[in-house]
Amino acid sequence: MVGPTTLTVPPGHSSPGRLERVLRAGRFAVTAELNPPDSADPNEVYERALVLSEVCDAINATDASGANVHMSSIGICALLSYAGYAPVLQISCRDRNRIAIQGDVLAAAAMRVANILCLTGDGVEVGDQPEAKPVFDLGSISLLKTIRTMRDEGRFLSGRPITVPPKVFLGAAANPFAPPLDFRPLRLAKKIEAGAQFIQTQYCFDLPVLERYMERVRELGLHERCFILAGVGPLASSRTARWLRARVPGVHIPDALIARLEGAKDQKREGRDICIEIIQRLREIPGIAGVHVMAYRQEELVSDIITASGVLKGRRRQPTTANTSKIGTPS
Amino acid sequence: MYAVRRWSVRHSAFMERLYEGFTRLFLGLGPLWRLIGHRRLETPLAAVERRAKGFLFDCRMCGQCVLSSTGMACPMNCPKDLRNGPCGGVAPDGGCEVHPTMRCVWVEAWEGSRTMRRSDAITTLGVSPLDNRLQGTSSWLREAREAQRQPEDDSGTQA
Repeated sequence: MVGPTTLTVPPGHSSPGRLERVLRAGRFAVTAELNPPDSADPNEVYERALVLSEVCDAINATDASGANVHMSSIGICALLSYAGYAPVLQISCRDRNRIAIQGDVLAAAAMRVANILCLTGDGVEVGDQPEAKPVFDLGSISLLKTIRTMRDEGRFLSGRPITVPPKVFLGAAANPFAPPLDFRPLRLAKKIEAGAQFIQTQYCFDLPVLERYMERVRELGLHERCFILAGVGPLASSRTARWLRARVPGVHIPDALIARLEGAKDQKREGRDICIEIIQRLREIPGIAGVHVMAYRQEELVSDIITASGVLKGRRRQPTTANTSKIGTPS
Repeated sequence: MYAVRRWSVRHSAFMERLYEGFTRLFLGLGPLWRLIGHRRLETPLAAVERRAKGFLFDCRMCGQCVLSSTGMACPMNCPKDLRNGPCGGVAPDGGCEVHPTMRCVWVEAWEGSRTMRRSDAITTLGVSPLDNRLQGTSSWLREAREAQRQPEDDSGTQA
């Protein structure tokens, strides 16, 4: 492979990417998070991508999530893109100002990165280097608007023209489980207004709360204005679940679920089964367009979980876009 | 001060009326401010605004005040400077992700906005990035200047 695959932007699409094609074709999409290595070895990226690629429409490269330093998102996206994968660039506003971010957006698009997830980012205080200076020049919403302006109007925030605008599919995060719960759907509306086309949510473990959220989302018609991918992931044990709940901001896990894990003979197996059940139930919720798998240090399980859930059943036999089956798989 | 700022949010409906009255008065005196000269007024007015709003709201003098749209809770007290709603890290008890002992500024803003006359203003905030050059300047004076420039427009009573 000498360079990333060049693709054209289909009519009515914002990006040439596979994720947008799959979603617009009305098929249930699957994305997954790649845990970035603490290493300068590109093979560690390739190894992790390989196990995810067989079931994913796009692979998210996190941007120092939890304010812990790892290989950068744009670097991972470059490696993935050149290897023929379909990455999602995550941009957090914590570490870079608007000048750096706009430059990165052009660089990413030049490397054929077709998807960008706009995040505010966790505060530096929760990470491994709390003495760092937080930037937050932009927030997730003003970041969405910035990139949309670059793409659709072909200019920087300053108004200076861009000769070839970045053709990217824009995403944002949502957490239906954090207070104030009744404000959350309105905040989603705001993100859509600012430019969000797809949403990847925080882990969904509490389905009744999610269902109430989705009810409101449908009332507001938001599910018709963006593609919502629900966040899922296998819990390795009840200890991991408790750790996640206590230490990772915004993760909500019901007590009943932790009790079920605790009562299981093989907790890891139970965590996998719970994840599969959740995916199957999510698929039945109107307005959920796919799942986003976050399997921290358990990437090897993703393929098995997605296959067992049955969400991809029959998909590869009925491609609606001629090119779709060739995009995003390793070359 | 944290206790005063929380009091202001709890009494957001009263503060809204007080603030609207003040804005009308301040903008009504527009010709006077113009006569004295906006540039000459900037430093003393910014100092007054900093003290008054600092006491009541822990105002950070961003120079682009949106208090009346955010339940009278200053969004610049958010450690991430979020101007358009809460991040995803709010704790189940409404605590801030970064400073857990502080209530999330946007949980406060949402609650404060519920009792205000313009309770929907919180959902119609602009999505443009902040202009960092205005940090430390008086947003009262900026409003007055803009009202003078377009006397036929409703000023929007944002300050």
